[in-house]
Amino acid sequence: MSQFLDMALIGISAASIYSLMAISMVLVWRSTRVVNFAQAGMALLSAYIGYELVSRTGNFWIALPLAMILGAAFSAFIEFFLMRTLLKHSSQGPIAAIAPIIATLGLLGVIHAVIGFIWGHGDILLEAPLSKVGYTVGDTTLFIAPMGLFVIGFVIALLIVVTIVFQKTNIGLALRASAYAPEIAQLSGVRVSGIRTLGWAIAGAAGAAAGILQTVNGTGSITPESLEFSLLLVFGFIAAVIGGLESLPGAVLGALVLGLVLAFVQIYISGTLVFIVAFLLLLALLILRPQGFLGSKAGRRA
Amino acid sequence: MLRINGLTVSHGAIRALDGVSFSVEQGGLTAVIGSNGAGKTTLMRTLSGLKSAESGSAMWNDHNLLHGKPEHHVRQGVSHVSEGKSVIPQLTVEENLDLGALWRRNSSEAKKSKAEAFELFPRLQERRSQQADTLSGGERQMLAISRAYMARPQLLLLDEPSLGLAPLVIEQIFQSIRHIVDSMGVTVVLVEQNAMGALKIADSGVVLNLGTVAASGKASDLIADPAVRTAYLGF
Repeated sequence: MSQFLDMALIGISAASIYSLMAISMVLVWRSTRVVNFAQAGMALLSAYIGYELVSRTGNFWIALPLAMILGAAFSAFIEFFLMRTLLKHSSQGPIAAIAPIIATLGLLGVIHAVIGFIWGHGDILLEAPLSKVGYTVGDTTLFIAPMGLFVIGFVIALLIVVTIVFQKTNIGLALRASAYAPEIAQLSGVRVSGIRTLGWAIAGAAGAAAGILQTVNGTGSITPESLEFSLLLVFGFIAAVIGGLESLPGAVLGALVLGLVLAFVQIYISGTLVFIVAFLLLLALLILRPQGFLGSKAGRRA
Repeated sequence: MLRINGLTVSHGAIRALDGVSFSVEQGGLTAVIGSNGAGKTTLMRTLSGLKSAESGSAMWNDHNLLHGKPEHHVRQGVSHVSEGKSVIPQLTVEENLDLGALWRRNSSEAKKSKAEAFELFPRLQERRSQQADTLSGGERQMLAISRAYMARPQLLLLDEPSLGLAPLVIEQIFQSIRHIVDSMGVTVVLVEQNAMGALKIADSGVVLNLGTVAASGKASDLIADPAVRTAYLGF
């Protein structure tokens, strides 16, 4: 029983971080039709910025929101200066469709190099603000700890805020309209290019939170070459695709499915199979339901 | 007043509009007719800022339509309902309407526009919380027109609202367009493949042929013109 509870909670806490990553991928995809591979680097950079802010302010609870704001600003900056220029100049020709994606790969490399340049290539330690010692129930110690619970709670709170903003506010309506049908949004008077930048900014904030939570919920130690951030990107992307790549609830659902399945594999079968299972899941979905759980068959209109 | 002068627009090597000139009086309904490929849609897309022109001019009163993006023109009172039920299927009916007035600062005036739209098309009010993809073709067209109306336009550009609709529904939509012109003082440019239907409700008409103006004048004169009748009205 406790093993099952462990599995569920490990799965959900992993899923909550994947869902933040998946949401950033979806938001960027919806607003500019770009798969942002640099998101892994941006999340890593945010973890470093979080580390820097914690060492300067001494307070993780200030550093986290501050790093999210900086993540949003950085992401908006990339959209405004890099993506817009790129889309304007490569809108025709054979590489038009992949040029922005290749650019995000390039950006990923640049971010890694810059991190190495500023903070060096050794380990740094971003310490967890809460205990990672599991709760004790009776005479068994559970895997889940205050830190893990905070991650789950924080992500749920963020998801609620994002849902309210998207469903209930004017900005949210503009964001959805621009994603589904940019031309109609434009004809309705929405300043679509500004809304695109905003989409990237929200994605940047979510990605920054993912990077920091992933670090403090894990070992806390990171290097510019940390593999876990590439994994975070891959799992976030798989979760986004499972959910249909267009849908925010889909991304969260995809993350939940992926997190739980991987936790099950890790605990009951073997940790080494996690990657293989993740890809099998993706493949199965692409074959059986190519539009994702919550993706629409119609896709996007001009 | 809408003044178009020597408007020339190309798609790559193909010249879609070649020196188009005509003008539209304030407060009237002008039908732009012509066969497939005559340049009707290109004309609309150029006037709303979706497509850029090569040369010529297009002015709505003092506002240059050839300069700036569509979202800019909407704020100047020029709204465009693009071809093919221009609604967002994933949003509800009411969200589609609200979208049209997002940029307006005054929300009580936007509410008033919404009430007027509901009055014009009561069906939309019944379905306000339904997703737009559950609507019939006619209802979608009503929603698209209402969405544009929410921006409180002075000039409304309608691209083939009758496309794919049943005759009875077309009749209803055309009557509503006439109502928007007569009771709400909106100037409408109506692009139509359904030439006869459009000319019947229009005050004036423009016939486009291969990117040039083949004829223009009062709608009743065009209907009576033997050349227009044989070429475009089919009798």
